[in-house]
Amino acid sequence: MIAEAGLAALWLGAALCALQLLASALAVRGQAELAAIIRPIAVAQAALTALAFSLLIWLFVRVDLSVLLVAQNDHSEKPLLYRFAATWGNHEGSMLMWVTILGVAGAAVALFERKLETRTLFATLGGQAAIALGFYAFLLFASNPFARLDPAPVEGQGLNPLLQDPGLAFHPPTLYLGYVGLSVAFSFAIGALVTRDVGPAFARAMRPWVLAAWIFLTIGITAGSYWAYYELGWGGWWFWDPVENASLMPWLAATALLHSVTVLATRDGLRAWTVMLAVVAFSMSMIGTFLVRSGILTSVHAFAVDPRRGSFLLALLFIYIGSALALFGARVGTVREGSRFDLVSREAGLVANNLLLTAILGVVLVGTLYPLILEAIGVKISIGPPYFNAAAGAPALLLVAIMAAGPLLRWRRDDFRAVLRRVAPAAIVALIALAAVKIFAPTISLLSLLGIALAAGLALASLAPLWKRNLARTPLFTWGMVVAHLGVAVSLAGMACDSSFTAEKLVAARVGETIAVGPYQVRFAAVEPTFGANWQALQATLEARRGGGDALLLQPQARAYWAPPTETSETAIHTALDGQLYTVLGKQVGDGRWQLRLWWKPFVTLIWAGGALIAIGGALALVGRLRRGRPRRQEAWI
Amino acid sequence: MKNRLKWAPLIVFILLGVALSYGLSKPNNTNITSKMIGASVPAFTLPPATPGLPGLASADLANGKPHLVNIFASWCVPCIAEAPQLKAIADAGVPVVGIAVRDRPEAVARFLSRHGNPFRAIGADDASQVQMALGSSGVPESFVVDGQGRILQQTIGPINPQDVPGVIAAVKGAR
Repeated sequence: MIAEAGLAALWLGAALCALQLLASALAVRGQAELAAIIRPIAVAQAALTALAFSLLIWLFVRVDLSVLLVAQNDHSEKPLLYRFAATWGNHEGSMLMWVTILGVAGAAVALFERKLETRTLFATLGGQAAIALGFYAFLLFASNPFARLDPAPVEGQGLNPLLQDPGLAFHPPTLYLGYVGLSVAFSFAIGALVTRDVGPAFARAMRPWVLAAWIFLTIGITAGSYWAYYELGWGGWWFWDPVENASLMPWLAATALLHSVTVLATRDGLRAWTVMLAVVAFSMSMIGTFLVRSGILTSVHAFAVDPRRGSFLLALLFIYIGSALALFGARVGTVREGSRFDLVSREAGLVANNLLLTAILGVVLVGTLYPLILEAIGVKISIGPPYFNAAAGAPALLLVAIMAAGPLLRWRRDDFRAVLRRVAPAAIVALIALAAVKIFAPTISLLSLLGIALAAGLALASLAPLWKRNLARTPLFTWGMVVAHLGVAVSLAGMACDSSFTAEKLVAARVGETIAVGPYQVRFAAVEPTFGANWQALQATLEARRGGGDALLLQPQARAYWAPPTETSETAIHTALDGQLYTVLGKQVGDGRWQLRLWWKPFVTLIWAGGALIAIGGALALVGRLRRGRPRRQEAWI
Repeated sequence: MKNRLKWAPLIVFILLGVALSYGLSKPNNTNITSKMIGASVPAFTLPPATPGLPGLASADLANGKPHLVNIFASWCVPCIAEAPQLKAIADAGVPVVGIAVRDRPEAVARFLSRHGNPFRAIGADDASQVQMALGSSGVPESFVVDGQGRILQQTIGPINPQDVPGVIAAVKGAR
């Protein structure tokens, strides 16, 4: 009965969604009879999707094998957390999560958005309903998560063991909150285009929503990167895999949007461009979902593939992105040109930021789709890090340079020489870092060299807006910007250090041997069998010593799961202040030797620490904006 | 915003959408076609892999007659399964030459005495260098090479009994 209740909730949600769309359309046209029900319906609809999703979670936790999806992806011997997380570790479940978040985001807009003009708000909620309706249809007609299986099997088929990791419990939900949260910005843009209400007030209303989605996206990408790093055992943290790119592209667009929306809110500039970006950001989410879910590209993220689903999603893409862009084309002429600004100004810096982010977005999009397009003319190629690093690296470094200068520029007009004076300390630090790195590591690659130098410069420059300010009275969103920009510097430094100074050892070692990697002496002490709830493993015991210090114990495993039978390697990582020792146990080579992969990765943790700082910066800015947005009375009191 | 520019995003998206539809409508093709098809065999000279048979050089393949080049190893189990087919191809008058990968002379000799010898020459590729230059990633693989030393066809994995007539036709059809 639980599955049927879930399905009924979905159908009811879809019906309410259609009603929400109808009522919003009427309200925008001036027939206000149904206007009063729009907000309650948005909330009720979200409650129904949340109910359906909770019921699916319940089915997974109870391991109800009469439900097809549960039988395919769950297993009674799986620990509770992974039974829970298995709900979204598959196509149907994750699409239900997508629809749930879409509904909840719409409900949040209905409940909390007070700044937007009412007609625009109705148009926005109508847009949100229109998007949700398509994805409801996708769930109900092409990906029913509640389909029954008769007769029910005695045991489930388990879950990809790579996904039996706490990472799965948190990574997809945060990523989806970001991905789908951008739908709000999309709907805002549609709403504002419909009611011709593109202006600073609209931008101020949209900004917190964009920020919130962007924060989740940042957390999701950062966590996903660390997850891939320790779970896959390949020692890398970013593989330019299509699925990774699918999450990076909306982030790039959202980052650009976040900056352009500030120009619109503060200076009433970049009107059309901001609306465009709001459309593009969620379009990238949808295109990403399509690329991942249709199986059109090959990826390490092996999701179930069904060409009918691909066509369905592609049709949705055509409808939503196509009509949004058509609306943009039809209406953008009526959006008045915003305020003008000087060539040397904060606005100009933000425009440069936007152009560079868009350029990187283009590079990633082309790189992701290029194999596909070439395949259409009969050529098979794959595109990897050499292309992406080279093509995205240059604009990214330029972006970092501009990022250092941007916050030091004044709005509207600034004096070029004054700017140079303000930027000079950061530039000097960057040059010193450049020289120092070149002297101590003459063989370093150009990209990494520039990366470290710019990171040093940016770190200083990002703190500069706090210079000579009363820190207690500095607005929270300024703090947010400082922390986020500092995060980029930290992350960039980590990336450059990892790519240049990593020491790698792949050896076939006998028990008792000692291997030197980086500053560590690693003694291969033992290999023993061990087991867990649904796996058995061979576990190596490694004693790592640095200088004369105590031995650290690392125990990487080669695991074998039995449902489904899969072999994985569990890395063992030791985190020191200045980097990570990363160890992987491979196969037995014969003659009693074992493959061991050992990496010393100096400062690699900075990559994710920087990501965390970026997200924290976003959160500070969000809190700052929301506080600022509260009624006057309180502000006067503060 | 310029009037013409405002429709540009829609047009770009439609082009993208058409490309995606095309990609989706095409069945997923998992055949990998080697970049080496149509290219000349890279220059190499390999010493004999076993006493009694000559070694192999790229010049031998450009002597005006088409060849079947078989990459194999005595330690390769699928190569044993392939041996009768190679024999049949050689018996049909096709010049078959071999490249033995990471092998020892006595092991190659034992392999040939046990499973038959279809080869007119075998080069010893001790470090897999020629194998990789040919664009082969495993054993066995077979290349149909024309009289000018150009690669016409690559078979990855063993030649199966039902493939034999096709391979013979491919070599005989080459010039």
